Amino acid sequence: MDWFTAYMLPVIYAVTMIVVVMSIAGYSVLAERKVSGWIQHRTGPNRTALPIIGAIPVLGPFLTRLGLFQPLADGLKFLFKEDITPGHVRRGYFIAAPIIAIVPALTTMVVLPFGQYTDAEGVVHPLVLANIDIGILFILAVSSLGVYGIVLAGWSANSKYPFLGGIRSSAQMVSYELAMGLSILPVFMWAAVPEPGNLNGLSLFGVVQVQQGFWLAMWQPVSALIFLVAVFAETNRLPFDMAESETDLVGGFHTEYGSFKFGLFFVAEYAHIVIGSAVFVVLFLGGWNFLPFIPAPWPDGMVGAVMSVLWFLLKIFFFIFFFIWVRWTLPRFRYDQVMTLGWKVLLPLAVANLIFNTLLIALRDTL
Amino acid sequence: MGIGDYYPILIQILLAASIALVILGVSVFFGQKGTKGAIRDSAYECGMIAEGSGHARFAVKFYVTAMLFILFDIEVVFLLPWVMVFREFLAASLPILLPVLFFLGVLVIGLLYELKKGAIEWEA
Repeated sequence: MDWFTAYMLPVIYAVTMIVVVMSIAGYSVLAERKVSGWIQHRTGPNRTALPIIGAIPVLGPFLTRLGLFQPLADGLKFLFKEDITPGHVRRGYFIAAPIIAIVPALTTMVVLPFGQYTDAEGVVHPLVLANIDIGILFILAVSSLGVYGIVLAGWSANSKYPFLGGIRSSAQMVSYELAMGLSILPVFMWAAVPEPGNLNGLSLFGVVQVQQGFWLAMWQPVSALIFLVAVFAETNRLPFDMAESETDLVGGFHTEYGSFKFGLFFVAEYAHIVIGSAVFVVLFLGGWNFLPFIPAPWPDGMVGAVMSVLWFLLKIFFFIFFFIWVRWTLPRFRYDQVMTLGWKVLLPLAVANLIFNTLLIALRDTL
Repeated sequence: MGIGDYYPILIQILLAASIALVILGVSVFFGQKGTKGAIRDSAYECGMIAEGSGHARFAVKFYVTAMLFILFDIEVVFLLPWVMVFREFLAASLPILLPVLFFLGVLVIGLLYELKKGAIEWEA
């Protein structure tokens, strides 16, 4: 039994986590199509029906109109498509690229706390798979590995459009990573309150605990803004859609891909969006804390644990909606504008913000 | 905190890789078999016959960007451990601020130099 809890239980948790995040990713594809439809006065997907559930009198047609079965159909279509590996590509790297793209996307979630459990003695435990004390460092390190998949896909396709797409998006991703890394430093400086027994360090759980009163977005608005823009750039979302930019590069780095090899890039992109939203919520929107200055209205214990997870998910869903909303609000940047924004606006702003907060903390702690 | 805390991470990496492999395998197994042909095996160029090498020459700017990224990213890596101990050190003495400000000053000077040199002018 001991052996089971020590070695098998983590495996079951990990499988559950991956299934949950992948279904959220699948349904955010649906949300993307549906919200895009509503924003443009269309209906979006509303036809795909399942044989048995779709036949239930009122509920079935309602679910069908919402398009809830669409992600299943999309998945099956990926699966049954002709599996082409064109002759001119470098075969090994070509097949490895989607795997390298999706592994980091499905790995970062392991250090992400998604709720809290207060036990009978009033001790607060995080709900997280691996509660390591360098959570944010792990997320930054692993999520940036995703760029290797894109570079490798662009290079191994041996074709002009993928090559340009891969090289553009790698330059974009490394540029915004700097601003992203610098923007979160003040957050952790404030979270590392010098009290005996405070071992917050770079732990994500510690950051959420700090936000029981103020949310860090209100307290560190500059950091939040820089991080927000950087998340959009890192996930290759419009208005930073340089990797694909279908008007000038056809499909960007995945032009030559088809069937589930393309599907893996697609899933990885949406998984990145889900995890990026979650990290933003944890760092700046209070995680699972109810509202600024208002303690959670639900009791401690199991109910509280479930409610904190649901509340956290609700914030993530709002943020995914925000991603889609921005897509239809802002036009795509030109490439030189992307690089100028990253290097000449966000990076100096992040450095200035860091220095300002260093001095502010020095003043506050010594006076 | 021990090495045991990292066990879930190992599981997650293995699971993610095996899921990717299984999905690709299943799609090869169930999907229509890919066919070969002179046109199918040439690079996609919007219907034109592909010309020249697939790897066009590209701007040296990309190399410059990558080098600058490495420089600045290493500075961020140096700053991370400092963030964890900064306030603890501050409680001990204020002059601990000076070396940090010197480090940040060097970072700012480097940034200004790079901007002045036009290392990241993409308009031209």
